[in-house]
Amino acid sequence: MGQISLKQITKSFGDVQVIPPLDLEIKDGEFVVFVGPSGCGKSTLLRLIAGLEDVTSGVIDIDGADATALPPAKRRLAMVFQSYALYPHMSVRKNIAFPLRMAKMDKAEQDRRVTAAASVLNLTDYLDRRPGQLSGGQRQRVAIGRAIVREPAAFLFDEPLSNLDAALRVNMRLEISELHQNLKTTMIYVTHDQVEAMTMADKIVVLQSGVIEQVGSPLELYHTPRNKFVAGFIGSPKMNFMTGAEAAKHDAATIGIRPEHITTSTTDGLWKGVVGVSEHLGSDTFLHVTLEGASEPITVRVDGELPVHHGDTVFLTPDESKIHRFDANDLRIA
Amino acid sequence: MARAVTTRRKAINTALAWAIGLLIFFPILWTILTSFKTEGQAIADPPIFLFFDWTLENYAIVQERSDYMRYLVNSIIIALGSTALGIVIAVPAAWSMAFVPSKRTKDILMWMLSTKMLPAVGVLYPIYLLFIKMGLLDSRMGLVVVLMLINLPIIVWMLYTYFKEIPGEILEAARMDGATLKEEIIYILTPMAVPGIASTLLLNVILAWNEAFWTLNLTAAKAAPLTAFIASYSSPEGLFYAKLSAASTMAIAPILILGWFSQKQLVRGLTFGAVK
Amino acid sequence: MATQHSRSAARLMMAPAVILLLGWMLVPLTMTLYFSFKKYLPLRGGDLGWVGFDNYVRFVTSSAFWPSIYATLIIVGGVLVITVTLGVLLALLLDRPMWGQGIVRILVIAPFFVMPTVSALVWKNMFMDPINGLFAHLWKFFGAEPVQWMSQASLPSIIMIVSWQWLPFATLILLTAIQSLDGEQLEASEMDGAPPLKRFWFIILPHMSRAITVVILIQTIFLLAVFAEIFVTTGGAFGTKTLSYLIFQRVLESQNIGLGSAGGVYAIILANIIAIFLMRIVGKNLDN
Repeated sequence: MGQISLKQITKSFGDVQVIPPLDLEIKDGEFVVFVGPSGCGKSTLLRLIAGLEDVTSGVIDIDGADATALPPAKRRLAMVFQSYALYPHMSVRKNIAFPLRMAKMDKAEQDRRVTAAASVLNLTDYLDRRPGQLSGGQRQRVAIGRAIVREPAAFLFDEPLSNLDAALRVNMRLEISELHQNLKTTMIYVTHDQVEAMTMADKIVVLQSGVIEQVGSPLELYHTPRNKFVAGFIGSPKMNFMTGAEAAKHDAATIGIRPEHITTSTTDGLWKGVVGVSEHLGSDTFLHVTLEGASEPITVRVDGELPVHHGDTVFLTPDESKIHRFDANDLRIA
Repeated sequence: MARAVTTRRKAINTALAWAIGLLIFFPILWTILTSFKTEGQAIADPPIFLFFDWTLENYAIVQERSDYMRYLVNSIIIALGSTALGIVIAVPAAWSMAFVPSKRTKDILMWMLSTKMLPAVGVLYPIYLLFIKMGLLDSRMGLVVVLMLINLPIIVWMLYTYFKEIPGEILEAARMDGATLKEEIIYILTPMAVPGIASTLLLNVILAWNEAFWTLNLTAAKAAPLTAFIASYSSPEGLFYAKLSAASTMAIAPILILGWFSQKQLVRGLTFGAVK
Repeated sequence: MATQHSRSAARLMMAPAVILLLGWMLVPLTMTLYFSFKKYLPLRGGDLGWVGFDNYVRFVTSSAFWPSIYATLIIVGGVLVITVTLGVLLALLLDRPMWGQGIVRILVIAPFFVMPTVSALVWKNMFMDPINGLFAHLWKFFGAEPVQWMSQASLPSIIMIVSWQWLPFATLILLTAIQSLDGEQLEASEMDGAPPLKRFWFIILPHMSRAITVVILIQTIFLLAVFAEIFVTTGGAFGTKTLSYLIFQRVLESQNIGLGSAGGVYAIILANIIAIFLMRIVGKNLDN
């Protein structure tokens, strides 16, 4: 079981309120991602759930019982830290066994669990090494191993992949998703990377300045962002925004259109512009096109092979049905 | 940054550095050499450097005259005792400051260090009086306590800087893993800080060993350490260079050897963690 | 950043150190203040009653007061200048590639391990003795008249002895600082065409400033308390009576506790002025 509910919790550091009253329900077995720009309070929120920080007010329930005043150790939660936080003076085996040792579990059971975790995580050959002798990815797996042996009610991940290189990050992303499929335990995952959020989450919580902007599945957030902030944050490359006459045509203060929802042509189209930088990814090409009379370029996705160069004139046509409209308060107009 | 250095350059550096190094070391070398001379050769004109009749008699005379072993034992007990006591008190304090810092942490640290600046003479008489009242005068216990107190700020400060290098996340991980505060300090913090604790220990043993104000003023005979032993040689009695040298060598040898063996940790300790 | 629970644990764990040091500071300080307002001669009648600020006035107006302040400042200042300057030069040299660096470092660090009483005695007798000292032989060898170090050049002699003891400390800290200098920074400045002297002045020296502050702070703490070196060499004669030593004589040799305590209060004030001054600099330097 791993059902967590936050009721009207707040957090202040001194006079500064970093989290205004906030409610959130996390269902058992869910993979929830907290995402937002740095400083949005996502890590603080995770630390409040972990019990590493006190809430200033409000209640945290874990599996229906009030856990607000419980110390971290009593909450049956396991955490994987950004820096992995392995114990450098202990072997991998001892690292993984540490929570069991603290729980005074008997030696045989400890061994059994460590061996099982190691084989799941491909660490069997490394059990007697020190963390310092492992690669980044292996350290990450040790940290996960230390979390899973306890069979916790929920896993907390604090930006666990941010110290890995790009290729490894993709692998570990898959491994963690795989782990969630197998264990079916609640996972709360904090990241600033919307790609991680989109690819891993059952439910994404978008935060800004301690406030929940939107909660929903990845595709809900992609298709129906509640406001301009979520629209701009979810999706890569970012959504293009336009104000003024173009927006007025759609009865909105701002309109947004994603790069993948614009058709490019060298002969005719709705908007005319000049190609700036083009980024060739092979499968796709992203063009930065400056429209006539506009100062900011807009980004469009085209097929890999479109023969345009810096300085060429192109014509762009948005897919009318995919245009997002926002009012003066940046809220979505349905 | 490996960079090709001409052999000539390196030779010049080497020669210069060795010359200066030997110059700085010379007073100690000369003392050690003199301790093996006869009194006559010790004041020979011109001075004899190596070619004299090596003898151990000065050491025998010094031991017989001043009972070196008793002072040595006192020095060891006082230096180790005050340092160990200081570390036991300082570890929890440094943990608090490093991992649960508050707005006042920096002020408390600065205040602690400022107590070191309190001139000892300013409080000599009160301490002397208190020592008489408590029966601590000329006792090892008294010196252990006093030296612990004067070095406590430095121990706290050093441990604090070492602890700060340990990422707080590791301690939080231990807390998540179910460790109590005590277990966190015993199983995680202390083993991780062993190098830092070792340098702190070494530096403070040396400071306590060489402390020469309280050890001279609060002891008479029973608890007197090597600083007092050597001070008794301050008034010349006839020919005494060789004996003075022998006594000096005996007083500094233990700490010199300890210091040399633990040079690396000590250099780290000497910087008080304030220089990276 | 922590929970209520860990904050209260932290306060509890800090308590022993704080309470001990507070006691160590306050109890004797209060007693010193108390005695400083009394005529108190333990060997000549004991407590002879309150005398107001008499002791303070007598201490400052005594002919020994200003010379003692002068001696204190000269010794502290002289040793600081010598050890920092030579320390920087020596650190630069030791940072160079050479053979046997480890052994040289052992030689250079050695004086730090020598107890002050020993170094003072060795220097006084075996080097600075006007008849049998090595310096006397050296002077005679060059046809010069041997110097009466302890009487004619007493302050420089003591500065020299103390500097010898503290040079290793300064050198090692400064060496650590130099070694931590980012090689790329130096190479960048070399690419920018900075000659060695400019590189030293604009890159190396600013990088060491933090280390130099630490050296000055720590050394000042210990130098203000220099005692054994004077005790076993001149015994405070020939203008080497520092403020500390003067108070020591008032208390222990003339057994005038009231007067000595007033001096102690002055010394504490002086130390505090220097401490505040230093703490400002160091506090600023350690913050970043």
